[in-house]
Amino acid sequence: MSMYFTKEHEWVKVAGNVGTIGISDHAAHELGDITFVELPKIGATVTQFGVLGSIESVKAASDIFSPLSGKVTKVNDALETAPEVVNESAEDAAWMAQIEIADTAELKNLMTQDQYNDYLKTL
Amino acid sequence: MDEHLQATPICSRHRNLHALMAPFGGWDMPIQYEGIIAEHSWCRTRASLFDICHMGEFIFQGDFESGGLEDVFTFSVKSIPLGRSRYGFLLNEQGGIIDDLIVFRLAGDKVMIVVNAATAPKDFAVIKGRLKGGLFTDITAATGKLDLQGPLSRDVMVAFFGEEVATIPYFKFVTMNILGVETIVSRTGYTGELGYEIFIPAEKVCGLWDLLLTDERVKPAGLGARDVLRLEVGYSLYGSDIDEETTPLEAGLEAFVNFDKTFIGKEALLKLKEQGVTREKIAFEVNGRRSPRHHYAICSAGKVVGNVTSGVFSPILGRGIGIGFVSLENVAIGTPLTISHERVSMEATVCELPFFKDGSVRA
Repeated sequence: MSMYFTKEHEWVKVAGNVGTIGISDHAAHELGDITFVELPKIGATVTQFGVLGSIESVKAASDIFSPLSGKVTKVNDALETAPEVVNESAEDAAWMAQIEIADTAELKNLMTQDQYNDYLKTL
Repeated sequence: MDEHLQATPICSRHRNLHALMAPFGGWDMPIQYEGIIAEHSWCRTRASLFDICHMGEFIFQGDFESGGLEDVFTFSVKSIPLGRSRYGFLLNEQGGIIDDLIVFRLAGDKVMIVVNAATAPKDFAVIKGRLKGGLFTDITAATGKLDLQGPLSRDVMVAFFGEEVATIPYFKFVTMNILGVETIVSRTGYTGELGYEIFIPAEKVCGLWDLLLTDERVKPAGLGARDVLRLEVGYSLYGSDIDEETTPLEAGLEAFVNFDKTFIGKEALLKLKEQGVTREKIAFEVNGRRSPRHHYAICSAGKVVGNVTSGVFSPILGRGIGIGFVSLENVAIGTPLTISHERVSMEATVCELPFFKDGSVRA
């Protein structure tokens, strides 16, 4: 399974036409203690880099943008009552939504893990 | 670091602890060490140490009445008993709040005035301009201030400095020898928990910081946790909830204004009392985990009726809480409101202060 990143620090793990989306460890660390996660509705259509949901920490509120276009098929509603999981496991247990990917060609607009690591060094 | 920022004597300790630093009131201050929620929880259950050296301290020595100090604040200075402190305001002519502050009665003819960091230079100039005599000095740079707050803070203080600390009642202070220097230990704070504000000469403040942290019941806490702690008990933050455009009457703080004495701003306040205020401070709880934030709009029936001045996610209540100002028809306890900002919208209900009622502050 390949993992791709956006400049806004979301990740997507791609398996066939299923994309699993979350925010990066870096983003979770920068936000600090996560207190609220707003998830999309199942069945919603999202577009690449369009708003998928939002996340709040004690310090700040931010939108979460979708790395790819598609249709939301699953959400991790455990985060609604336990948003702190984002701080504990941003790139695994705290996945936020799964989508049916509309167009894998959009992956060219994303960064690989190595590219993202290099990008973080420039921030 | 911004070259215009001032650093407290503890600054290198914060960096060694890998604190997240940010500007506050013109100072480079620690926002968090391990995390705001962990630090908040530690303070509510154990004892937290805060570097508060950025706050301003002034000394007035002289006759309070002929020197003019008696008319400077919204409360009487001469009636503060020795060894006690009092909270109140420095107002402008319009009754707006230039600062909220605490005055400590050190001696028959001497007080210490403790003010907010961002407003300290202006406060000093305004007070000096109103005085007619006496000696008025800014001792901020020479004064270190640490707050030890939390239900275990008394036990910690007694362990280090002896039983004398255990006898200090709320809003009273003692002067005692700590690390070989004269130190003021005051039973006051900004967290809603049992705690102390400690004023020690600046050259000894790092030593006191290090000493208190040798106790495993004590951990450092930053301004992030301090803001959550103070809002849970409904204390106002100068610059957010109160400012020069806000009077104590609108802010629900009339209890700290003594209309039986003379003070600058009194005429404006009396006029406002007669006319009636047009907005008032409210507290509200959010129906959920979203945080209201400073400047978010407060709406009722689709119309903006006010604005949020402070808001956070309360870890102890598990929901968003906030303070704001609204028009008078929306101030009753139980009034439903909508807090909104761009895409964000949350339902809220007007409630009583404090949000968190079980603090150890008067224990």
